[in-house]
Amino acid sequence: MARRLREISLPALAAALVAGLVLVPLGAVVIRAGGFSALRGADLAALRFTLWQAALSAALSCLLAMPVARALNRRRFAGRSVLISLMGAPFILPTIVAVIGLIAIFGRRGALNAGLEALGLPTLTIYGAHGVILAHVFFNLPLATRMILHGWQAIPAERMRLAASLGFGPAQVQRHLEWPMLRSVLPGTFLAIFLVCLTSFAVALTLGGGPRATTVELAIYQAFRFDFDLGRAASLALVQVFVCLAALAVASRLTAPPAFGAGLDRAPMRFGGGRALLVQDLLAIAGAAAFLLTPIGAIVARGLPALPDLSPAIWRACATSLGLAAASTLLTLALALPLSLAAPRHRWAEGAAMLPMVASSLVLGTGLFLIARPFVNPATLALPVTLLANAALSLPFVVRLLIPEVRVLQADYDRLAASLNLRGLARLRLLTLPRLARPLGFGAGLSAAFPMGDLGVITLFSDGETRTLPLALFQLMGAYRMDQAAAAACLLMTLTFALFWACDRIGHHADPR
Amino acid sequence: MKKTLMLAGLFVATAAVADEKPVLTVYAPDYFTSEWGPGPAIEKGFEEVCACDLKFVAGDVLPRILLEGDKTEADVVIGLNTDVTARARATGLFAPHGQDTGALTLPIAWTDDTFLPFNWSETAFVYDRTKLANPPQSFQELLDAPDSLKIAIQDPRSSISGLALLLWVKGVYGDKAPEAWAKLAPKVLTVTPGWSESYGLFTDGEVDMVLSYTTSPAYHLIAEDDDTKVAAIFPEGHYFLTEVAAQLKGTDQPELAQKFMDYILSDAFQGMIATANWSYPAIIKPGFLPEKFAALPRPDKTIFFDETEAEALRQPALDEWLAAFAK
Repeated sequence: MARRLREISLPALAAALVAGLVLVPLGAVVIRAGGFSALRGADLAALRFTLWQAALSAALSCLLAMPVARALNRRRFAGRSVLISLMGAPFILPTIVAVIGLIAIFGRRGALNAGLEALGLPTLTIYGAHGVILAHVFFNLPLATRMILHGWQAIPAERMRLAASLGFGPAQVQRHLEWPMLRSVLPGTFLAIFLVCLTSFAVALTLGGGPRATTVELAIYQAFRFDFDLGRAASLALVQVFVCLAALAVASRLTAPPAFGAGLDRAPMRFGGGRALLVQDLLAIAGAAAFLLTPIGAIVARGLPALPDLSPAIWRACATSLGLAAASTLLTLALALPLSLAAPRHRWAEGAAMLPMVASSLVLGTGLFLIARPFVNPATLALPVTLLANAALSLPFVVRLLIPEVRVLQADYDRLAASLNLRGLARLRLLTLPRLARPLGFGAGLSAAFPMGDLGVITLFSDGETRTLPLALFQLMGAYRMDQAAAAACLLMTLTFALFWACDRIGHHADPR
Repeated sequence: MKKTLMLAGLFVATAAVADEKPVLTVYAPDYFTSEWGPGPAIEKGFEEVCACDLKFVAGDVLPRILLEGDKTEADVVIGLNTDVTARARATGLFAPHGQDTGALTLPIAWTDDTFLPFNWSETAFVYDRTKLANPPQSFQELLDAPDSLKIAIQDPRSSISGLALLLWVKGVYGDKAPEAWAKLAPKVLTVTPGWSESYGLFTDGEVDMVLSYTTSPAYHLIAEDDDTKVAAIFPEGHYFLTEVAAQLKGTDQPELAQKFMDYILSDAFQGMIATANWSYPAIIKPGFLPEKFAALPRPDKTIFFDETEAEALRQPALDEWLAAFAK
């Protein structure tokens, strides 16, 4: 009994902390507003658009990620691991930077349309609902690819050898090995992307083309800023929480348990198949690389010339952002590990970890402000609050990445560990951490990247001096300095990616496989 | 327990710093306090004459004041727009500025005794004259232009210039505003949350014209020595925008706050607005505008709705705008 209590006390604490961080500020806003206010017709239209675009974006991202992940798993070529890392970059790009890159390629005067024009073909427009979805796929294809790729890599080499010795063709491999793997990985991947797109804000605004592309998050912003209707903002925030919980319930029903059993960690053997498969894989990899990497190249090309003009204030902002990223990563991992380890057995752990994904950062910031205000000058809390909010916001991704691998780990090794009486810290050090090194590294990279792009909660707590890099970028744009803003964007992207890459690499090296 | 101690520690730390000189707390928008905004020059200038420490708190000024109510620590707010002064006034938190508004040289009459304008400009569509050969010469020509002319505007629900466009169209077309929007909507390439994103689209060549200000070309002329960016001047008139400041009734530094309100209309403050804020100062005296700035073309007519009219028009004009884009 006591042991069981000890086992869940840590995750329960983490879950309570995270749920409290999301729900208490929401409560504070509701109390301040004197209750929830009714939603308007336009809010329901926003909800419809939000659900539709999130579902479509998630479906497309998953669909396109499958051939890419399969190709990356099957093929070995020079620069493969660099390519995998680089292709992860869009996901960690701050929205504002990504939009600049996308417009440089897909915009009205972008490279793609210039090419189409030169060929005498009709041009395309990125603005409109399809632009929002294109941007979301751009952001989330990397996440989907990585999550599915992790799934593929987790199929033990022994099963592939068995399949080969039984003379399985690609169709049979698909049916007996790949499909069961996808059944356990895809629902979670879809869910993660669905939830990211649910709270999309800046993308929908700039590429949406007009007010038809209004998302719930945007409606919250407008209720708060334009109407100062806190009750409506709170109602909308609550709607997001419910959608999140519903999506979570559906995804967990559809997720199949892992059924491969433990392998012996042999180097995987590749069964390349014929020429048709090779062409297919080549197309998948080349297509994804072109789609994901050209906008990034455009950001670099646009930003580099003005890089030397950046003022010392920008470099100070860099330092602030980097410090924030490091601290936030540690906090995220400290929360994510106990929650993910508890998640396969306790549904509430997963629920708590997913909640921040749909927390409106505006409501979160306002609520925290209302809570802190009577006790302390909010300006002194600028950095701690940003840190806490960012750690909470990146938690869902890290937990999402860890859960499938934790399931495999527990299914494969729980009995062995129990028979060896491997428990507590020793189990963590010898079994848990090494087996989870890859997703942990990737997750750490993500959680380091998030605060780098954050703007959300800091405004109410700003002390007028602490400046993060994205805020400085906005201030540059607001002061007509578009070239320097582009340079700051390039810098922001480079730093964010360097952080992400370092964490990801550490994870790879720590993996014994 | 530990947490309370920590919070208390933070409290003491701020109090200790504040002890040296009296502090004047000024709430200002985000753009204000960066080295590229007017904040640093204002802070330096005022601290030279006040024997105090001016502290800017940057962020969403009005939402923050509304959240804080009479417990606010602000002594002065600066950078509010006329679209929100009605709501700000309704809080009853603000005190008269005590300045002679007769000294102002705005293109409109200003008699408000609470909110004091410190700069102004007018909305305008800005274009690149090397890229747009035949720019529209009037608002009507803009509406009648082929839909291949692409413009970027800002969302009236999140941006002051976006809201100003609604009122501009209302001022020019009145009851015919829905028809005007129906003609304008197909030319709108996209609606961005704020001015910066729109202007970025314009400087990247993505749109032909951008909703900005009559004073925008001044930045390019003076800071970049670039005379290709031009504001299209329409005979129908342009919508007036001003940023205002006000002092709070409940300030614990009433003398300093009053001194700051005086400082706003001083030559030192007004003289640096043109190039610190890229807008016209509220008082124009000889030498306040650089030559190239003073030579900018000016519209013959200025359109303006006072806060009561603007507040009444806000929702119906927004509904018309939404309807035009719903098609």
